[in-house]
Amino acid sequence: MADGVKPRVKAPKKAAAGDVVTLKTLISHKMESGQRKDKDGNLIPRSIINRFTCAFNGKSIVDVTLEAAISTNPYFEFEATIPEAGDLEFTWYDDDGSVYEDKKSVAIG
Amino acid sequence: MEFSRRDTLALGAGAVALAVLPFQVNAAADEAIAAFTGGADVAEGGVTLTAPEIAENGNTVPVSVDAAGATSILLLAAGNPTPGVATFNFGELAGSQSASTRIRLAGTQDVVAIAKMADGSFARAASTVKVTIGGCGG
Repeated sequence: MADGVKPRVKAPKKAAAGDVVTLKTLISHKMESGQRKDKDGNLIPRSIINRFTCAFNGKSIVDVTLEAAISTNPYFEFEATIPEAGDLEFTWYDDDGSVYEDKKSVAIG
Repeated sequence: MEFSRRDTLALGAGAVALAVLPFQVNAAADEAIAAFTGGADVAEGGVTLTAPEIAENGNTVPVSVDAAGATSILLLAAGNPTPGVATFNFGELAGSQSASTRIRLAGTQDVVAIAKMADGSFARAASTVKVTIGGCGG
């Protein structure tokens, strides 16, 4: 399930040093729970994103372990401290081994 | 309608099974909590869990957790086929120990948040969500 997966991130382009900013992330993904059955009654195998991490210049902001109970198109909102100019790195890890990444630069000003 | 001895026994066995089933569901959640806390005591309060009182659609229920001073927060749905929902581990640049997401709930149940504090203690909050349409696609 690596088709049509598109990460979307909302982050400020600028912040004052030491500011706390709110980050919102959404990634399009079916998050097949492994509980559903197809029309022949066979279980559809689980296929979810099992981990999401966000870091700033390599320093961790949040590391989330996802289970099957997270909704389709996983959405997260959290806060980060921005100590200096740099890059926010967002990474999603799929059950099938795919890794999806996004990056946002934050300037100080 | 008259009950034969066989009917009565069958009814009794059914009633016992019904009484035991919800207990097993909770046991799975208790196990997940024990695995997270390592059997340590869990205090009430210190965590804020925001969830709707009534969710029309169990497929996307918005929840948010907030626990100042926590290093990680475990989110559980006690009534789901698998109780685990998510674990948030906060890093050094976390602006606050809070997060929001959207979760699936199979039916009306308690959503539980357990926070592991920086000093190694644990805190807990729970909220009952009424679900009109379940979100596990049975």
